[in-house]
Formats: sequence, structure tokens, C-alpha cells
Amino acid sequence: MAKTHVTMTINGQEVEALVEPRTLLIHFLREQMLLTGPHIGCETSHCGACTVDMNDMSVKSCTVFAVQANGANITTIEGMAAADGTLSALQEGFRMMHGLQCGYCTPGMITRAHRLLIENPDPTEDEIRMGIAGNICRCTGYQNIVKAIQYAAATINGVPFHEAAE
Amino acid sequence: MIPGRFDYYRPSSAQEAVALLAKLGDEARPLAGGHSLIPVMKTRLAAPEHLIDLGGIADLRGIKVEGDTVVIGAMTTQHDLLTSKLIAEHLPIIPETSALIADPQIRYLGTLGGNVANGDPGNDMPALMMCLDATFTVLGAGGERTIKAREFYLGTYYTALETGEIVTSIRIKAMSKATGYAYEKLKRKVGDYATAAAAVVLTVSGGTCTSASIGLTNVAETPLLAEDAAAALIGSSLDKAAIDKAVAAAEAITNPAHDARGTPQYRTKMAGVMLRRAIARAMTRAHG
Repeated sequence: MAKTHVTMTINGQEVEALVEPRTLLIHFLREQMLLTGPHIGCETSHCGACTVDMNDMSVKSCTVFAVQANGANITTIEGMAAADGTLSALQEGFRMMHGLQCGYCTPGMITRAHRLLIENPDPTEDEIRMGIAGNICRCTGYQNIVKAIQYAAATINGVPFHEAAE
Repeated sequence: MIPGRFDYYRPSSAQEAVALLAKLGDEARPLAGGHSLIPVMKTRLAAPEHLIDLGGIADLRGIKVEGDTVVIGAMTTQHDLLTSKLIAEHLPIIPETSALIADPQIRYLGTLGGNVANGDPGNDMPALMMCLDATFTVLGAGGERTIKAREFYLGTYYTALETGEIVTSIRIKAMSKATGYAYEKLKRKVGDYATAAAAVVLTVSGGTCTSASIGLTNVAETPLLAEDAAAALIGSSLDKAAIDKAVAAAEAITNPAHDARGTPQYRTKMAGVMLRRAIARAMTRAHG
């Protein structure tokens, strides 16, 4: 079973590699590309920790073969901050709003929220909650994750962020 | 979890895909969105030697209207269905259902064709396709044929598709603006299959129900078309007695599995509750 030659753009860099067809995208990213930001949580497409952006879609990279991503444009959490290290609005939001505790789900949460805010720059709380419904957090109870995304949306839209009263 | 080894093919036309399936035989499987097949490959419940990825076939993806019929390519994703203006205008019950399938990430890749062709009674689209009297166009090495959704589902993971055939498109008559509709699904959490779900489409004229169609999800070995339940509504004023009769008729044909979602008795009752809610919501949307 021959390896397949693939090329992809990952975080703005063109890469090429040989992959076994059965190699999952998450294993390719972590083990061959050494991008360990996307995490392996459940490995059964439930938890969303492995979420990456592929061709303008949020996908669970544990349920995509690397060969399916041949030619794709991929962004992982490593590609979210600016080249000079300046955090993205979402990363800043997670920092300011304490949107994480253990941090395991955070790369998937931020990568998913990134696509959500591109598609819907001013989401309601309900839209945020449904938008991240494919990502599981076992620490926060989601409250601060939702606030972090609201914070990022406000930043992106250039309006002041007002924390909702509880 | 790493799947068994396989050879990977990415044909650029449906003809090429079915020629490959015919040549490679029983050990070949088509790959659509992959969110049913890849998980079972990871657990090695499935170990195809050849995987034919349909993702490179542009002709299989897209939505168009031909006369009074909406034609949806099999590789059209749930996300496509959720964001399509044509679907919102002509078949609004489809995005209502798509929104209840899996989660956002999975909806970007999961396809209508994969959902209908897999034969999993937990999938939501099959019962909806039966409710809407959809027709599947299928292609094999021997040529093209059509199969009605209502004649497609023969058992759990057992459909009228022959080995080597793939679904290429789904044809559905557009709903009139006056049609009432609803899909109601009970699930334990986002991403879960239905404990029970019901699809209802009905029309009303002068206070009388003039047509009705009902599909039920995940309460038997196959999706169900609840014909007696629909018949109980037609000709009625959709009063409580008629709805009670329809719910009883629907509950009578269920045969749900006993699983983590509940006992057969519970899931049967939930099918009735979902049907009652779907009828109520469809009534609020029906004009005439």
C-alpha cells in the first residue's frame, strides 16, 4: 500500500509530505508536521479538541484522512496569532475572560469560534452556544468561553464589550 | 485509534467512481462525508481494502430547481442545506432537520447522500425523505436507475442499493408556500441520534386537512412512513380526536431498540410526543 504524496497550505506555509492513506489528519498534523496545538481528546468526533479550519470549514481532524486534505488550506491554533506574537481577538478574549481552566479544549474552541465569527460576526449568546456545540469543555461550564467569544466579537466589531449581568 | 490499511482513490466523475467500485468489488467502499464510515474504520468494525473518495466529484454537489422539483446532489453537505436560499424557499423542512443533525463541524462535511444511503435508522434524513416522497437517483456500472425513498429502506444498514451503486442525487417536489411542516427531534444532547423524531408535512383548506405525510426516525429497524397516522389527519379539522388517533396509529407501528436512549415503551411514547409537537407546529405554519 503505497504512500500518497500530498501538498497543503498550513498556517500560510506550503508543505508537502508522504502519508499513508489511513493516516488521520490529526495524526499527520501532530506527528508529521509537529503541530501539537490541535489536541486529541476523544478521537471519536465528539469532543472537538482536534478542530482545525480546513478550506473555510471547521472540521474535526480526527475524522478526516490526511489524503482528503490534499490541496487544502488549513489553519490550526498555531496560525491564529499574528507573526509578531500579537494575540488574535479570540485569544485575547479567552485570556481576559478566563475562558479556560485546564486549557485542553481551548485550541479547538478558539479555532471553531474563529470560523463562527467569520460567518456570523455579531452572534447572539444562543448562536454562540449552538455554534460551539461540537466542542466539549469539562472545566468551565462554558460561561466564560461564551464571554470570551462575546469579547472577541466586540473587539472585531470595534464596539465596547459589556459583560452581561448574571 | 488507527484504521486498517487501504488504498485510496479520488475519482473526478461519478462514472469513474462506479467503474472503480465494480472493478474492486466487495472490498471497496465509497467515502462521502466520512462521519459514519471513518469512525467504524477506526474501531475496525469496517476494514475496506479500497476507499473511493467521492469528494472530488464536483457534479455530485449542488442544488438546482427543475420545474417543480428540487434536485440535490448527493455530496451536498448539511451545511450547504442550512445556507441554501433555494432550499430555504422550496423545502424549509430540510434545514430545520439539518440543524438537528450532529454538530457544526460534522455538518460541514456530512452529506445528504451519505445520510440517506447509509441505512442507519438513527439518521434523520431518511424519514424526512420518506415523508417528502423523495426519489433517489443511483448509478452503478450497469447504468442509472431511480428508487423511491419509500421503497429504499429494507433493514438496518440494508437498503435497495446494489453493491457497487452510489446515490448521485435526490429529487424532491418543492413544497407550496401554504404547506405546514415541522421536524421534531428528542435527543439527549447535541450530536446524539434521536430518542425519537417525527417529520410532518400537511396542507389545510377551509379548516380541513387536505393532505398529510408523516415520517418517524429511529423507532424501528428502518425509518417509518406512518401512513395510517397521516390518514387519520386527512379530512379532519386537526382537532384533538384526530390528532389522538394519528398519535396512536404512529405509536402502533414503532418497534424501537432498547438502548441507552430508553426502553422501547418510552421511545414509542416519545415518538408520539414528537409527532404531536410536529403536528402542532405544522398547523401554525399551514395557510389555507
